[in-house]
Amino acid sequence: MAKLNINGRVRDANVPNDTPLLWFIREQVGLTGTKYGCGVAQCGACSVHINGEVQRSCSIRVGDIKATDKIVTIEGLSATTSHPVQQAWAALDVPQCGYCQSGQIMAAAALLAKTKKPTDSDIDQAMTNICRCGTYQRIRAAVHLAAEGRSALNRASKARS
Amino acid sequence: MKKMIFGNAAKISRRKFMVSSAAAGGGLALGMNLPFLSDAHAQRAGTGTEINIWVVVRPNDTCVIRIARSEMGQGTLTGLAQLVAEELDCDWKKVTTEGLTPGRNLASKRAWGNMSTGGSQGIRQSQDYVRRGGAAARMMLLQAAADLWQVPVAEVTVDKGIVKHGPTFRQIGYGKVAAAAAKLPPPDPKTIKLKDPKDWKIAGKPLKRLDTAAKLNGSKIYAIDVKLPGMLNAAIKDSPVFGGKLKSFDEAKIAKMPGVKKVVRVKDSAIAVVAETWWQAKTALDALPVVWDEGPNASQSSATIAEFIKAGLTSEQTNGEIKKGDALAAIAGAAKKVEATYSTPFLSHACMEVNNATVKLSADMAELWVPTQNLEASLAALSEESGIPLNKCEVHRHDLGGGFGRRGGTQDYVRQAVVIAKEFPGTPVKLIWSREEDQAHDFFRPISQCKATAALDAQGNLTGMHIRLSGQSINAWLNPAGVVNGKDRRQLQGFWEEPHDAQIGYTVANSLIEYTMRNTHVPVGPWRGVNTNQNGVYMECFMEEIARAAGKDSLEFRRALMKNHPKHLAVLNAAAEKGNWGKPLPAGQYRGIAQFMGYGSYSAATAEVSVSPQGKLKVHRMVLALNCGHAVNPDQIAAQVEGSVAYGLSATLYGDCPVEKGRMTSLNFDSYEIMKIAEMPKVETVIVPTYDFWGGVGEPTICVVAPAVLNAVFAATGKPVRSLPLKDIKLV
Repeated sequence: MAKLNINGRVRDANVPNDTPLLWFIREQVGLTGTKYGCGVAQCGACSVHINGEVQRSCSIRVGDIKATDKIVTIEGLSATTSHPVQQAWAALDVPQCGYCQSGQIMAAAALLAKTKKPTDSDIDQAMTNICRCGTYQRIRAAVHLAAEGRSALNRASKARS
Repeated sequence: MKKMIFGNAAKISRRKFMVSSAAAGGGLALGMNLPFLSDAHAQRAGTGTEINIWVVVRPNDTCVIRIARSEMGQGTLTGLAQLVAEELDCDWKKVTTEGLTPGRNLASKRAWGNMSTGGSQGIRQSQDYVRRGGAAARMMLLQAAADLWQVPVAEVTVDKGIVKHGPTFRQIGYGKVAAAAAKLPPPDPKTIKLKDPKDWKIAGKPLKRLDTAAKLNGSKIYAIDVKLPGMLNAAIKDSPVFGGKLKSFDEAKIAKMPGVKKVVRVKDSAIAVVAETWWQAKTALDALPVVWDEGPNASQSSATIAEFIKAGLTSEQTNGEIKKGDALAAIAGAAKKVEATYSTPFLSHACMEVNNATVKLSADMAELWVPTQNLEASLAALSEESGIPLNKCEVHRHDLGGGFGRRGGTQDYVRQAVVIAKEFPGTPVKLIWSREEDQAHDFFRPISQCKATAALDAQGNLTGMHIRLSGQSINAWLNPAGVVNGKDRRQLQGFWEEPHDAQIGYTVANSLIEYTMRNTHVPVGPWRGVNTNQNGVYMECFMEEIARAAGKDSLEFRRALMKNHPKHLAVLNAAAEKGNWGKPLPAGQYRGIAQFMGYGSYSAATAEVSVSPQGKLKVHRMVLALNCGHAVNPDQIAAQVEGSVAYGLSATLYGDCPVEKGRMTSLNFDSYEIMKIAEMPKVETVIVPTYDFWGGVGEPTICVVAPAVLNAVFAATGKPVRSLPLKDIKLV
């Protein structure tokens, strides 16, 4: 039986090895912030971090994950919705329906972990998640805002409260 | 209502008020509902006191504003709350909302009115009565304070939920007078005066959405996330060919697969597998041998459909026409004739949250958890399909992961879920469609073609215009009563002569605009912007061709035809000005412009594009101007405009649902490609509200996105684009 470390907690994966990580997270672990959108790694709604890399959990088999791999879902990104990306998203009112935003936030957080000040081109390359409401313009602005740091975030939050 | 001036005005009994208000036909919900103010309702509002059906006030001054319409990202929840809070004069920082359920609305004789959320009507159709609800609650709260202090209510003022009596320096919060206010009779509707938008402090401001926090940390529960004790999960496959039937299946082959509980035939065309988890159900369904009776539609394809629709461009019979003067004669005698034929494809909605519905049926009760744009239609479908009376049914509200017109009246997935749940009495069953099922069984944006002919005189003036639309009718599929005497006005949306909703912005002396109905076997339905999408492309791309044939500037040519339509013209001018029309662009960039009307609002756009020598299109910047009458939250209007660009541009670049062997073939995002952030242009929104009407916001602007871009492409390449999507077209 595989063992999975999700948000710092190790769990037994009592499912067939070919079960997608997404459905293990949603149906066995019960964390529903990670979304099903396409099942074929196209839309990114199911994005999670595995050892700091953003991955599409719908297309990763539970059996291919090692017990030492550290999986982080949207619920584990921060304890109090305080990650700079989450704060920037709030400051600019990025979400519309919100369904894809867990994945968008996880993709943005992974980008900023590697690239402190991403350019528009960096964002274009890294942010390939689909949003049907069309929040792309605000996502771009929010990634830049998150990259600017705490003081910019605080200013932006106050500007529109 | 004289007595109310000094309080103790309980002369009109609640019941009497209800009767008189209903008899007067005023239909003011807050009066009509009073008899139904039960303890159960008060409990649901927490510790608060219900002032009227729209407003509950808690002891800590928190104001709970009730919301009837669905929230699917469009911001209606926040906008409606702003309107109520504005009239209530409460503290916006202490506002929270409570979503109403259709069972509760029904039990209260629909006191909260229509719950349907489509046609960009969430705010414009309910703004009057929700504002009145807020104002009436304010009047009652002020009266209660005046009574407490034994002063005339005219001496009492309120600011952010704090009632003040200036002369005696007394003040008190709404929370402390709520209980007394609730005991007062509601004010005479005739005495309710709504604020002038000029005085708005909460409405009209770019306030943040009330529903963002839970969307940032995974805690928001969409219907697809619902977890109930003992819940089972179902996966479903409907006949791939529309109109086909389920012939047979071999249940034994999958019966022993992990978690599988049952295989359920769903009506005559679909098969579902129920298992402990959805992944088990889907895995088993994929392994289940199924034989379909594909029926006569299996011979249909994109090619046969295109031929069928093309024939409608020249057919004798039409199904609706708007006629002025003699267009055909004008064209026959034209100095110069302009002709073009256009086409647009079927499109799916592709909401990010796939269709799903969780149903629990007991002997005498039915419950449903579902993403729906029409809670009451969901309730009706639940009752009809389960056989359980309406008053024993309830729908639990969940904000939708996208709607775009897909989840209104049809309720197909709700009906399926009920059929499945009938096999498991007392056990909740969650049906989730796979993305492939969602793409295969949409109610698609109707396919159509357009043949357009125009007459120019020797000076390049437009003297006649003939537009023939041929395509599928939404009404014929979903609302046959909407086709009257064989005529279907809805397909001519945006060409109507009548003002206010989807009026044509041009005056052409001789004009004939016709529609020929060509219904295929593919289900069709409303898709964000509905027929203004196709009609906007046809009208505005053709107008561009006419202007160029006349040798005139695209903007000036349009302006000359719009003198009788000042609102259309003002919006076009606003887009042109902010879009720097006529000013130089960086080398290789070109501009396009378009205007059109839908959903009671006026829209125009400019687009700046470049086309590489290899034919690769880039849209750099778009400016969209909108007059929606009243602007309730400018920042959320901008968000909707930005979203309409993404939805509209995605369709322009990639959107197509081809048909082969009678079925849809683009079944996931690998083939039904969706625009990503890299292709998102910079969008600037210009809101020019005139405050003399209430228009929609969610849908209006999408109809100018595609034509503005296509007209810019025309400017860049010198060649008009006449069919969509662009991915199928060689631009250079």
